[in-house]
Amino acid sequence: MEVYLDNNATTIVDPIVYEEMRPFFCEKYGNPNSLHRFGAGTHPKMMEALDYLYSGINASDDDDIIIVSNATESINTVIKGVWIDQILNGNKNHIITSEVEHPAVTATCKFLESQGVSVTYLPVNENGVLEAHTVKDFIRDDTALVSIMWANNETGKLFPIKEIGEICKEAGVLFHSDATQAIGKVPVDVQEANIDFMSFSAHKFHGPKGVGALYIKKGIKITPLLHGGEQMGGKRAGTVDVASMVGMGFAMKLAVENLEFEATEVKRLRDKLEAAILEIPETVVIGGKENRTPNTTLISIRGVEGESMLWDLNQNGVGASTGSACASEDLEANPVMNAFGSDSELAHTGVRFSLSRFNTEEQIDYAIDVIKKAVTRLRNISSSYAYAPSSHKCGL
Amino acid sequence: MAKNDLVSGSIWDEYSNQVINRMNNPQHQGEITEERAKELNAKLIVADFGAESCGDAVRLYWAVDEATDKILESKFKSFGCGTAIASSDVMAELCVGKTVDEAVKITNIDVERALRDNPDTPAVPPQKMHCSVMAYDVIKKAAAEYKGVDMESFEEEQIVCECARVSLATLKEVIRLNDLKTVEEITDYTKAGAFCKSCIKPGGHEEKEIYLVDILADTRAEMDQEKLKVAADASASGTLSFDKMTLVQRIKAIDTVLDEDIRPMLVMDGGNMEIIDIKENIPHYDLYIRYLGACSGCASGSTGTLYAIESVLRQKVDENIRVLPI
Repeated sequence: MEVYLDNNATTIVDPIVYEEMRPFFCEKYGNPNSLHRFGAGTHPKMMEALDYLYSGINASDDDDIIIVSNATESINTVIKGVWIDQILNGNKNHIITSEVEHPAVTATCKFLESQGVSVTYLPVNENGVLEAHTVKDFIRDDTALVSIMWANNETGKLFPIKEIGEICKEAGVLFHSDATQAIGKVPVDVQEANIDFMSFSAHKFHGPKGVGALYIKKGIKITPLLHGGEQMGGKRAGTVDVASMVGMGFAMKLAVENLEFEATEVKRLRDKLEAAILEIPETVVIGGKENRTPNTTLISIRGVEGESMLWDLNQNGVGASTGSACASEDLEANPVMNAFGSDSELAHTGVRFSLSRFNTEEQIDYAIDVIKKAVTRLRNISSSYAYAPSSHKCGL
Repeated sequence: MAKNDLVSGSIWDEYSNQVINRMNNPQHQGEITEERAKELNAKLIVADFGAESCGDAVRLYWAVDEATDKILESKFKSFGCGTAIASSDVMAELCVGKTVDEAVKITNIDVERALRDNPDTPAVPPQKMHCSVMAYDVIKKAAAEYKGVDMESFEEEQIVCECARVSLATLKEVIRLNDLKTVEEITDYTKAGAFCKSCIKPGGHEEKEIYLVDILADTRAEMDQEKLKVAADASASGTLSFDKMTLVQRIKAIDTVLDEDIRPMLVMDGGNMEIIDIKENIPHYDLYIRYLGACSGCASGSTGTLYAIESVLRQKVDENIRVLPI
């Protein structure tokens, strides 16, 4: 059996979404900017897709939702756009973000630091959550932007976006949230949360890869990342990928319709999986169980290194993920794992299981069986599980 | 960066079949008990290296025949990724039948080579080379336990790049001999820094005591210092040739000749000259001068006087000097 439990990395395209996209490859292939019937024929479905996107995040019709290629482009547009609009041309020179953001945020901020921008990377608490008051404490007169994720990709922990939005509004600072891991898992309401900019990618909620969106609140000016044609109201040049846009719209529609299912059935399966793993001695949910997306669990299994666990799971058809350095190409542990700080072993023993509405009870039962066998085998080999870990200076 | 790097594949695709097989089914995993050691009439050695918090930890068991120092049995336990487990397994296997002194000579390079499916294809991707380093270190730890000495005593040289086992002394020597100026050149010459890259500069996955960037900077600074000292010593003893002089020494040497042989003649006519610059234009040294006083604007400044200055300098300083009035 094959069981895909890495849905925070990407998701299967919902077959309904695929069916909606299909005509736009070989039948309705016109350029949406063309005047003729081939081009204009794409507009109804594009507008329908926009309707689903707008209602899906409760955007006002006066706001903009710009179709981009992915959340990374969306995030770059916001951060670099604010840099150009407010930092290069104004007195402000400061951005606030967190230590556990996706590299799309942190790497862009690091780049801007090399250009002279001051960036504050706020730490998370012992549960991996950024506390709203921390943001308030660090806002300065020259703070141009606060960028904080809605939900963490590794732990699924939800951040206090509404409170942070209020703090930013009071301080007159622009607020951006990377909601890539929140859409389709929890309700996302840009008006309630006082969001100025929000980013997301379709492939995280059963849409296609290569398409995402940037929400921009009415009246907020932003310099485009891509200059060229007048597509997307001049805010993002380049011919729109119609099939992907339509796919994202329908994926959003289905995601919203399935939020209740996500909160009940997906959560039930996640909890079942988690409870079964926690029956194994010396296992712990990293970041705790409270206040997180219903599909995600990040579990530390003492004595079992992350990559070796993934290896055993993969041999048995189960796909999961780890923030362990040994599983990454550059040998750098995921910063989220390191951010917990107090327990450095977690960085090497954490395995992330992320479910979707396409996972079945039978799959979860099978995965539990595979996980338990893998832990038994690897702990049998493991020196650190058999004996107390020796104190040793890392770096060999 | 090129086509093959644009779509990065899974690091698992680069594991050899040996790595895969040993990860799935390690042959030497387990422990040796006191009872088992007694049965073999051998001394039990247990050595630990690494820690779970570092991402890698290994425990090595040896049953050693004290009469011959031969390792009769060798087992391991290992916390780590697939390549760490496979490396530990092959390391334990390589120890069997060797004396302790022979085992100490097993390096991480030997471990990695033993994991290859064919001699020319690495068993693991570059960034995984460090996983076999721990296997090497735990052998030293076990041998130290057996001999009752410090494990550092087995390492005569300070190793900077653990993956390629390149020592500090080798690096310094190669930089000097080949006049290396960049870390990339060091990697080309020695393979140091070619694998996990942690030794290149701070910020890699392992903290190091010393980094290639520092070794390069320090060695280059030492080389420059030595060059200056050689130049100063030779200058003091009067044996320094013009091409070995520093810029300041060249100016001084030329100025001395000018003061002694040229300027008195110019001053007698109400003129003078100053040195503006010296540029190496191999094989020539172009000396840029400016005439002062009466010499400035004098017709012979570009003919007879110029010829006189140039010929004196060529005779007394270096035959490749060319004088160029500005």
